[in-house]
Amino acid sequence: MIINHPLLGPRDAAEFTYLGDASLLARPDWQSETAAGDFDAWLHLRDNPAGEHRELWFHEQGDRSWLIVTRNTLTHEITGVEMARDGAPARGTDT
Amino acid sequence: MTGTNRIPGGLIDRDKPLGFTFNGRAFQGFAGDTLASALIANGQRLIGRSFKYHRPRGIFTAGPEEPNALVELRTGASQEPNTRATTTELFEGLNARSQNHRGSLKYDIMAVNDLFARFLSAGFYYKTFMWPKSFWERVYEPIIRASAGLGRLSMQADPDHYDKGFLHCDVLIIGAGPAGLQAALSAGRAGVRVILADEDFRMGGRLNAERCEVAGTGGATWAAAAVAELESMGNVRLMTRTTVYGVFDHGIYGALERNTDHLPDAAGAPRQTLWRIYAGRSVLATGATERSVAFGNNDRPGVMLAGAVRAYVNRYGATPGRRVAVFTNNDDGWRTARDLRAHGIEIAAVIDSRTDTAPNPFPEVKTLFGEAVAETCGRGGLREIITTGGKRISADCLAVSGGWTPNLHLTCHLGGKPVWRDDLAAFVPGNALPPGMRVAGAAAGQMTLARCLQEGDAAGRAVAEDLGRAAPAANVPKATDEPAGITALWQVKGARGRCWVDLQNDVTTKDITLSHREGFRSVEHLKRYTTLGMATDQGKTSNLPGLALMAEASGKTIPETGTTTFRPPYVPVAIGAFGAGAKGAGFKPVRLTPSHEWARDRGAVFTEAGQWLRAQWYPQPGETDWRTSANREAQTTRNAVGICDVTTLGKIDIKGRDAAAFLNLVYTNGFAKLPVGKVRYGLMLREDGIVYDDGTTSRLGENHFVMTTTTANAGLVYQRLEFARQCLAAHLDVHLISVTDGWAQFAVAGPESRALLQKIVDAGHDISNAAFPYMACGEMTVCGGIRARLFRISFSGELAYEIAVPARYGDSMIRALIAAGEPFGVAPYGTEALGIMRIEKGHPVAAELTGQTTARMLGMARMVSDKKDCIGNVLSRRPEMTAPGQPRLMGFRPVDRAQMLTAGAHFIARGAEAVTENDQGWMTSVAWSPALGHSVGLGFIARGEDRIGEVVRAWDGLRKTDIEVEIVSAHFVDPEGERLRA
Amino acid sequence: MRYSGFRVIMEGLRGNTGWQPVWREPDPKPEYDIIIIGGGGHGLATAHYLAGTHGITNVAVLEKGWLGSGNAGRNTTIVRSNYLLPDNQPFYELSMKLWEGLEQDLNYNAMMSQRGIVNLFHSDAQRDAAVRRGNAMLMAGADAVLLDQDGIRRMCPWLDYDNARFPIHGGLLQPRAGTARHDAVVWGYARAADARGVDLIQNCEVTGFHIEGGTCRGVETTRGPIRAQKVAACVAGSSSRLMSQAGMRLPIESHVLQAFVSEGLKPVLPGVVTFGAGHLYISQSDKGGLVFGGNLDGYNSYAQRGNLPVVEDVCEGAMALMPMIGRARLLRMWGGVMDMSMDGSPFICKTHIDGLYFNGGWCYGGFKATPGSGYCYAHLLATDQPHPVAGAFRLDRFTRGAPIDEKGEGAQPNLH
Repeated sequence: MIINHPLLGPRDAAEFTYLGDASLLARPDWQSETAAGDFDAWLHLRDNPAGEHRELWFHEQGDRSWLIVTRNTLTHEITGVEMARDGAPARGTDT
Repeated sequence: MTGTNRIPGGLIDRDKPLGFTFNGRAFQGFAGDTLASALIANGQRLIGRSFKYHRPRGIFTAGPEEPNALVELRTGASQEPNTRATTTELFEGLNARSQNHRGSLKYDIMAVNDLFARFLSAGFYYKTFMWPKSFWERVYEPIIRASAGLGRLSMQADPDHYDKGFLHCDVLIIGAGPAGLQAALSAGRAGVRVILADEDFRMGGRLNAERCEVAGTGGATWAAAAVAELESMGNVRLMTRTTVYGVFDHGIYGALERNTDHLPDAAGAPRQTLWRIYAGRSVLATGATERSVAFGNNDRPGVMLAGAVRAYVNRYGATPGRRVAVFTNNDDGWRTARDLRAHGIEIAAVIDSRTDTAPNPFPEVKTLFGEAVAETCGRGGLREIITTGGKRISADCLAVSGGWTPNLHLTCHLGGKPVWRDDLAAFVPGNALPPGMRVAGAAAGQMTLARCLQEGDAAGRAVAEDLGRAAPAANVPKATDEPAGITALWQVKGARGRCWVDLQNDVTTKDITLSHREGFRSVEHLKRYTTLGMATDQGKTSNLPGLALMAEASGKTIPETGTTTFRPPYVPVAIGAFGAGAKGAGFKPVRLTPSHEWARDRGAVFTEAGQWLRAQWYPQPGETDWRTSANREAQTTRNAVGICDVTTLGKIDIKGRDAAAFLNLVYTNGFAKLPVGKVRYGLMLREDGIVYDDGTTSRLGENHFVMTTTTANAGLVYQRLEFARQCLAAHLDVHLISVTDGWAQFAVAGPESRALLQKIVDAGHDISNAAFPYMACGEMTVCGGIRARLFRISFSGELAYEIAVPARYGDSMIRALIAAGEPFGVAPYGTEALGIMRIEKGHPVAAELTGQTTARMLGMARMVSDKKDCIGNVLSRRPEMTAPGQPRLMGFRPVDRAQMLTAGAHFIARGAEAVTENDQGWMTSVAWSPALGHSVGLGFIARGEDRIGEVVRAWDGLRKTDIEVEIVSAHFVDPEGERLRA
Repeated sequence: MRYSGFRVIMEGLRGNTGWQPVWREPDPKPEYDIIIIGGGGHGLATAHYLAGTHGITNVAVLEKGWLGSGNAGRNTTIVRSNYLLPDNQPFYELSMKLWEGLEQDLNYNAMMSQRGIVNLFHSDAQRDAAVRRGNAMLMAGADAVLLDQDGIRRMCPWLDYDNARFPIHGGLLQPRAGTARHDAVVWGYARAADARGVDLIQNCEVTGFHIEGGTCRGVETTRGPIRAQKVAACVAGSSSRLMSQAGMRLPIESHVLQAFVSEGLKPVLPGVVTFGAGHLYISQSDKGGLVFGGNLDGYNSYAQRGNLPVVEDVCEGAMALMPMIGRARLLRMWGGVMDMSMDGSPFICKTHIDGLYFNGGWCYGGFKATPGSGYCYAHLLATDQPHPVAGAFRLDRFTRGAPIDEKGEGAQPNLH
């Protein structure tokens, strides 16, 4: 596969490592009353769609950026690539 | 032996004779021959034995679809089983043997299987060999295995090497027959970057095998001229002997180039190159493959596809027979008669199963319309055929054409489904082609020469247009369209004897009928039950006839019955090519520590730590086993001073205004209040609350930290930190860089370590206990101005430091440290002594941090702060992870101190049976402690913290030991930590 | 029709015209006691044990395509019970014991070939982990043998011992492990279930569940609605797709795993060899093909095919381990879609919807589990109690904090 890196252009997918569904970007609030359930669902449950899937790839053998790739799990066609830090929720995890 | 079946003409070079042997007999062929054509020229009809019934078999085709003529090629370690004679280019000294027989090829005793064929029908083995139960592994299976299989591996390491390469182009054209050559010409002339790949050693495809005319000249001549023109273009790369074997996602094509298979000796060159070709566009011009018809004993040597007969007589100047009969259901079969006639070879008869055909164009040839071949006769090779009309015709070769099947394999590799065309009696590529692919010529069902040239030209021009090039005007060389009518015929009604469909796997029409009878009616069930199409030819000549016969049995149409589909590779590819470069040390890169050369010169023994090689111990003269050396190193460290290269630990520089806040997120314990110049141990969890890694992090400045990780997790921790930084805390001002390879780092440990370092550290840096206490860190200079980082941390439990210098000074540093340590009796120590000392101190490493370990199990639950957010803290509090009774990391010592503990033993109560229900935990690490004089161990045991002093058994049934052990604290040496603060 | 060597000879003498279909091709009835969704090995085994062990025969198995068209027909056929964790090993050992009696139970020769599996280790740490595992196996009543390098040499003299990047120190052998003919397992279970009256319905895709008041009453299919007392999902690889129709999100991702087979060769390998320093497991089929595989491709996929990096990675491991196979040729490559769970372990359990049961999450270990999975699922369906050896295979184990994580990789499915 080839991933069209927003900064570096087309790169072979072998340069990347894969994490999974981009919903992992939306880490729940640890102080919420429902934190235990929220974290459980966030970490463990997946839509796992047969079709379009937004997913996280790490350019390990490259610029070490995390990307959100929109890819079809039936055809492997990639229709979008963006930097994860642009797609990450604005809410922080300040301590 | 001279070629008895050589005839004039062809594309062989009669000035270059080549000697070769088959089954030990010497023969001669010519440059330009394949092994198959040379064997045909020499009148060798019997080439091999079939898979199941060990039927005698000859050459059936002239290409990669060959099911029969498989040989073991070359000798010794280079022996190559299952090699197709039809695609093996002849070279001087070629040595080939027939395979899959016991006894000689002619008198194979396994041919007895054929006599029992009625009991060996499809799937018979699923119904028997079940009694007595114990006989399967001992009796039945060994017999089945020995008689199955085909060729033999040499059982020696492959002596050749292989290469991998990457190519980029605008368009990859697959196949250099008329369509592919014309596509390449049209695209190449427009300036498109073209790669034209063909599996043959001579480009031209069927143009080389047919008597035809293109642009007023012979087909082969036109092809040679086209190749010459393409060679002159700087934007075209021609790749002969290159098979495009697969299509992968996003325009990536796999190709195999055979560099030296046509040479007697690779002479050091890579045997084959596995290419990955990145092509936005491709033109599939792979032509078509002829198929046979099912009639009685249609597998006899001498029965050959009609197009292959033409290839042998036209291209190779070798005739498969002296009196040839032709059996066809289509117009193409007649070309064989025409060409044989032109070569002056006697035609026994032309049998055309069609009744509605134009009159015989060759009046002198015996012609039978509306008849078919019912059976063939001849022991060891064809002698006579019998038609459905009962006519007996003597012939030594039968050229069969059941029609042509487009080579659409590559259109299916990304899931495309072929569609049926009744007029061709064949599948053609469907609409869902791999992105960027066009199909031209016979592969697309365009079965005539003029169409192939036209469509090739159109494809080449279309590619140019796609790329915005000025497309040249259509420029198609003139050629004539041959008639290409066909009336499907899959099996001959009234055939006598068994009728083969899959020649290699011995699948007959009866097997297909049986498959239907037993309910295996889907195409996949048919394949799996009968093994149809599963042989090394991947069913190139048999899949479609098999499907058609199942359709006939079911009373359905072919498209109702199913489709054929294909997976990579198009032809089998050597595992050595896919695994190029991975033999021996080439498998994975080796990372060497900065002190490696020094250690090697000192005689160190090395061990693999991931990709790293680390010194395991440093034997001294007189030391004969590792234990002696490791014990000495550990004791020297505890009593004087030792030095260990710890460069392999991951090192990550963390900078930014929010660096401390970032560390608070990734570590369970707090770092915000860590003063500059101090080090803190940090515990890192995964989000699921399991311990991921641990290490120390030092604050070198207000906004500058340096983190260390374990050796194994260096890359993974960095990846996770980047995830936290970019994805979870993008608002923080923090930057990371991995500096593992930037700094050489050495542990200097032992009571004399400070004295040693004082000789290294430049004047002006006070490293006294008061000024540089335990867990201090700082940047300083050493050895007269070399930049260094010093950390007062201890893994051994002794007064200890780690000193880091830029990696390029690492070699000098180890030498300077050892020199400075001479007066103190310094010893370098390896990973064995390191392991002994850390077990004596109860420090967990990978053996304890298995990815299943909680902080609680390590006795570190309090390190998981609930006052701040950190990765893993919420889920670390799930009910069953915090319930009482969890295993706890403890120390263990044998009740009988003379006994040796073993890692991997499980703990059970005294008197209990060693069964899963009684399993209380397991020993993770053991060492013989030179400090204590007996064996010590670490391990996890349920509720260990409440059981100190209790005796349990360390049961190691695998190694047949069962030792009573006492549960103790994991800190065997200096539990109060006085030494490291000294 | 009972199969035997005698029958093969008698039918052969009669021209093999007397053989009967191995299964009927019934139309679905309007209602069953139990509907099993998925006609793979697990679903058919469940049907067999429901009928044979529990006497429940008013059962339908609904298969979207042809029987065995999923992972049952796409795996590398390895059978073993060499697990580490107490929540796993007893289950796989039960499965192993069922394998050992399978041919006689089914009257079908699935070619269960107990020629052993050896997991090689390359360092002291890997050896210690292997010993821990071997002892866990022994404690669960399985067999395990620790081999040193000489022991491995006697089994496989042609491995690369001298030039290897990661020298072979030894291996953990399970002698009773081996391979079985995957398709035959499917056909054997199908034939046995059909003979007891179970309806095997092919080309029948489930398109929805009938859920009324929190209870599942049946399914909607491409061949019409079918009612049932209990509905049992058993479609590993497609679990998320199916269960989403019941409104469920699962702790599962679908990943592609590739497998490979070489051309047929005369006998080379004694059993199954697993290469710890690379990612390779390899065995040889009765027909002579070397059957091998390695890691997942690593990304979510339903495409049943993979890409070149893994092909090359696996073959690199093969060349590093056994450089003699360089001149053998790779004949076919294919991909299966795996239900990769969050801890690498499966599920056999009830769901929060009454009457709806779930079996899935088999990762790439499902084939060896076929008999055990069917046996325990049938037990659960028949008794509404989990079988004791499968009691931990519950969907709620993540919420409870009790994952069954053999590899210790945490909630990242592509690493299991």
